[in-house]
Amino acid sequence: MTAVLEQLLNGAQFGVMLFLMAAGLTLIFGIMNLINLAHGSLYMAGAYVAAATFAASGSFLLALLAALAAAVALGAAIEIVVFRTLYDREHLDQVLATFGLILFFNELVRMIWGATALYMQVPAFLAGHVELLSGSPYPTYRLAVIGAGLAVALLLHLLIARTRIGMLIRAGASNRAMVDALGVNVTMLYTLVFALGAALAAFAGAMAGPIFTVESGMGESVLILAFVVIVIGGIGSLRGAFVAALLVGIVDAMGRAFLRPLLASFMSHATADNAGPALASMLIYILMAAILLIRPQGLFPPRGR
Amino acid sequence: MKGIIVAAAALSLLVAPAFAEQSVKIGFVTTLSGPAGVIGKHMKDASTLALEMLGGKIGGLPATIVYGDDQFKPDVGRQISEEMLQRDKVDFMTGFIWSNVLLASYQPIIRSGVILIGANAGPHELAGAMCAPNYFSASWQNDQTPEAMGKFMNDRKMNDVYLIAPDYAAGRDMVNGFKRYFKGKVAAEVYTKPGQSDYQVEISQIRQAAPKALFIFLPGGMGIQFVKQYAQSGLRDQIPLYSAFTVDETTLPAIGDAAAGNYEVSFWSPDLDNPRNQQFVAAFRAKYHYMPSYYAAQSFDAINMIDAAVKAVKGNLADKQGMIAAIDKADFPSVRGAFKYGPNHFPIENFYLLKIVKDADGEYVRKIQSTIFADHADAYASECKMK
Repeated sequence: MTAVLEQLLNGAQFGVMLFLMAAGLTLIFGIMNLINLAHGSLYMAGAYVAAATFAASGSFLLALLAALAAAVALGAAIEIVVFRTLYDREHLDQVLATFGLILFFNELVRMIWGATALYMQVPAFLAGHVELLSGSPYPTYRLAVIGAGLAVALLLHLLIARTRIGMLIRAGASNRAMVDALGVNVTMLYTLVFALGAALAAFAGAMAGPIFTVESGMGESVLILAFVVIVIGGIGSLRGAFVAALLVGIVDAMGRAFLRPLLASFMSHATADNAGPALASMLIYILMAAILLIRPQGLFPPRGR
Repeated sequence: MKGIIVAAAALSLLVAPAFAEQSVKIGFVTTLSGPAGVIGKHMKDASTLALEMLGGKIGGLPATIVYGDDQFKPDVGRQISEEMLQRDKVDFMTGFIWSNVLLASYQPIIRSGVILIGANAGPHELAGAMCAPNYFSASWQNDQTPEAMGKFMNDRKMNDVYLIAPDYAAGRDMVNGFKRYFKGKVAAEVYTKPGQSDYQVEISQIRQAAPKALFIFLPGGMGIQFVKQYAQSGLRDQIPLYSAFTVDETTLPAIGDAAAGNYEVSFWSPDLDNPRNQQFVAAFRAKYHYMPSYYAAQSFDAINMIDAAVKAVKGNLADKQGMIAAIDKADFPSVRGAFKYGPNHFPIENFYLLKIVKDADGEYVRKIQSTIFADHADAYASECKMK
């Protein structure tokens, strides 16, 4: 039983990190109708700035703040310089342009920090482990990631559901033309949403630093999963992104942990050793295909479209 | 006057190809980006140093090394190998960290007739059925090193050992090698994604399985992440961790305390006591200010093997048979000390038990404790039918 609980925690931890990525992606896609492949670059920028600041200053909180500030500035700059010309273009043009941004940022990171990966230490005050269940210590840092992720999700929910800006964002997602006609400065709103998405991605990147390796191109593998999450959750829906991110995180952890023993219970060990890891890495995509078969719009498609 | 200049220029064009023949070009494939980039850095630095110590000449001929980044991807490795063969017209190929990259690049190189010297990877296919006259290993066959750890843990009467390796060619070889000499109970064999960086799921599984010991093969960035996360999980004091190709000079600067006192196995270590090795380690540290790894040692040897081969044929690079015969004698000053080649062109060499300890400068290093195998040959030589 503790085995399952512990893997649930592992899955939840991966899930909230995916949510931070997917939230920005789904807002940008839902509101601006823009496919932003460079979202992973903002995640990478967050991780690099955090790793560099942490190494230089020794303060993890300062590292987080620096990552957020850098990503907001970078996000706003990209929005103003690149994306404003892309809103009216086709999705294919957007994909090409933002793919170009990925190549640009990966190379830029190599020029600044070098090709070899950076390793970020876990901050000292979160370095130990907590005995959650008896006899089963769990790393404190990972609990902190879950806590921080859930807190951000709650804040985001309050921002979208309870504030004036949130109302405009929701309205923009439902009917852009009408919001524009009512005299709202949509250009400003877009820049704001984009900066918010960038900050979320950078936060995910900074939190991921001590868990994953900080390297050029680190954003792409997460980006693919984040796209899976927003497709499962329903494009444009924050609630969907949250549920889908946890679902994907937990399915991934369970697959890696229990699929091989499960296969071994009814086939030879050698076959299970071969098939287990292969099937576990496919599991998320099988889940996506199954959900799309039943609900082509995703789990929580936003209303009004 | 003008006519003379034109004639001279035309003549120099005719002469140029002849000059080009009189130099040696070596293609060096390794990983220079990403978490494994540090391995490639060791290999590149060591081969550059080897050429520099030879006065920039291989067998007395001016020489250059062309480096290529395989990005830890077999398809990329094969592509740059073919480019080096066709565009750069290299005379030798070497490098190759990863077994899957080497296996993908192997056939085009072997068919071209160019002599290939593997400076790290040693997949069992190439030691057995796929062996070839123009392929040599400057390192080891994959199984050999974990065999030494298997023997060590078996001699200590250990039981209930949990095995973890990446799910690619070398991962399977390492587990097979370990099991060849370890006769106790294996708790589980777990294969993870190559390049994986988060091991929390696997660590939770280990805690549940509660084995007596852990043996891992996770080279480069994978090992850094695993060993650190294993220490964070609090399991390190309960279940001891043994490893091969995981805690070494490329990863120790990042791992640090999390591996203090751990055991490793290798055919070489910076403290191996022979004059050639001490010369290499001192020169390497003076030039690059860090401790060389076995990746560096193998690359250093590979360049010196090529030098000995070209010397033996007096610079006649067309004499492939002569060069192959020269390399087969292993008659060059190796940093591992004297060794011989088996019939499959893989080394027959010693393997040592190493411990992670702090040296006088307070840095973590690997120190030789004992010799596990003397003149150890690999298990696949009998399958090799050299044509």
